[in-house]
Amino acid sequence: MIDFLRGYEDYLGGWLWEMGIASLATLQLMFVSFWLACAIGMVAALIPMARIKSLNLLVKLYIGFFRGVPVLVILYWIYFALPEMGYEVLVVSSYTAAILGLGIHGGAFLAEIFRSGIESLHKGQMEAALSLGMTPAKAMAYIVLPQAIRVVLPPIANFAVGLLKETALCSIIAAPELMLRAKDLASSSFLPMHAFVMAAVFYYIMSFPLMRAVEYLEVKMGKGLRTG
Amino acid sequence: MKPLLRIVDLHKSFGTLEVLAGISIDVARGEKLSIIGPSGSGKTTLLRCINYLEKPTAGHIYVDDKLIGEKQVNGKFVHLSDRELAKERAEIGFVFQRFNLFPHLTALDNVSVAPRRVLGLEKRDAEERALAMLEKVGLAHKAGEYPERLSGGQQQRVAIARVLVMQPKLILLDEATSALDPELIGEVLKVIRELAEEGRTMIMVTHEIPFAEEISDRVIFMDDGKIVEEGPPHEIFSNPTHERTRVFLRQIIDR
Ligand SMILES: Nc1ncnc2c1ncn2[C@@H]1O[C@H](COP(=O)(O)OP(=O)(O)O)[C@@H](O)[C@H]1O
Ligand SMILES: [Mg+2]
Repeated sequence: MIDFLRGYEDYLGGWLWEMGIASLATLQLMFVSFWLACAIGMVAALIPMARIKSLNLLVKLYIGFFRGVPVLVILYWIYFALPEMGYEVLVVSSYTAAILGLGIHGGAFLAEIFRSGIESLHKGQMEAALSLGMTPAKAMAYIVLPQAIRVVLPPIANFAVGLLKETALCSIIAAPELMLRAKDLASSSFLPMHAFVMAAVFYYIMSFPLMRAVEYLEVKMGKGLRTG
Repeated sequence: MKPLLRIVDLHKSFGTLEVLAGISIDVARGEKLSIIGPSGSGKTTLLRCINYLEKPTAGHIYVDDKLIGEKQVNGKFVHLSDRELAKERAEIGFVFQRFNLFPHLTALDNVSVAPRRVLGLEKRDAEERALAMLEKVGLAHKAGEYPERLSGGQQQRVAIARVLVMQPKLILLDEATSALDPELIGEVLKVIRELAEEGRTMIMVTHEIPFAEEISDRVIFMDDGKIVEEGPPHEIFSNPTHERTRVFLRQIIDR
């Protein structure tokens, strides 16, 4: 143990700094792809409610497909395979590819969460709103979504924890983030174990508050709001 | 006098199940109509069709001579847009069997949300009106409470206030007291009785026979999606012509 720790002697200061910076990149990657996933997921959850058949089918295919395919495959697709098709627009940086991959994959997942949140509400809520003269859009905005959000917050926070960890996959397409940095440091120092243990600590520090948030939300949202 | 509500040969099927088999009713302005009938006879579906929560399979509904849920374009009936439909619904109040209050809103917000979001009133005006309605149902002191902290009777009274604040032309009540514990029924009936005395036009589905007899101008007995008989309350309740009505009333009274 002591021997192991001694390995850090020459590197600790530099690594802390470098991995700290890389952690910020990881957080940024996570936040941007999180919001992208939220936006895609919300649209994909609301479209079926508008009852437009063709769009509906498209959304079904999107959700069904991307939920069943590993993120890594999607990242490879976007980064390596799409550019092969020969269109300029399809050539994206590894960072953009990472955001798109995580966002599109996460969107399919969140769409399901949003949909189940909306459907968990008794249909009487929508009907009461309609009967008061609200349009379906207003009923959604003022009555259904505010309640659905409370239902879906815990699983969304859970998703965020998973997403944070999935960002590590993006090192494979060389997107700048913590795991990539850890790999670099591992190979330049010939101390892979040391580098990856430190990376794990950084990941844990980032996900810990999120995991606590999940627990908190699960307790808080579990209470109250049981009527109608 | 021309009726406020006119239902013309209304049919409704769910798949192959025919729930309403040709219902025609006229309701005069200020009339109090009670609908009774066994469970599954289509009473709820009828009320839901009146404000288009359920789309009729055939037939038409008019309020104040205006088609509900549809319009005529070149002689053909077409469905209204969401916006047009919402406008019509704002004039028809619906009191649900299970209240359907909005659990994330206080009693006051439950009542003021439609004036704000539908009528476009300022928050202050909407709340002022809402408070007056809560006062009317005897719940001004509960304005800040969330539904889960209210008894069933109080929740239904808030639901009635939520309907009244929109000043509907027509109020539909679907078994407004049947989800309530017996000791809470009275307070809700009292509110409904007041509405009746104010001369509002109401259609209520109910199993409260003495109450229906007291406040209704007319009673309709439905079975199997059809009107079996209708008439003044004392006639239907004391001297029904049809055997089916008699059997039904006996069952209700025995309960
Ligand atoms: N959305 C629906 N889908 C299928 N069947 C329905 C639906 N709503 C009502 N029904 C059926 O229609 C019949 C009449 O129901 P309802 O109008 O609720 O009767 P009542 O209010 O008189 O008890 C019942 O057999 C019921 O199961
Ligand atoms: Mg019913």
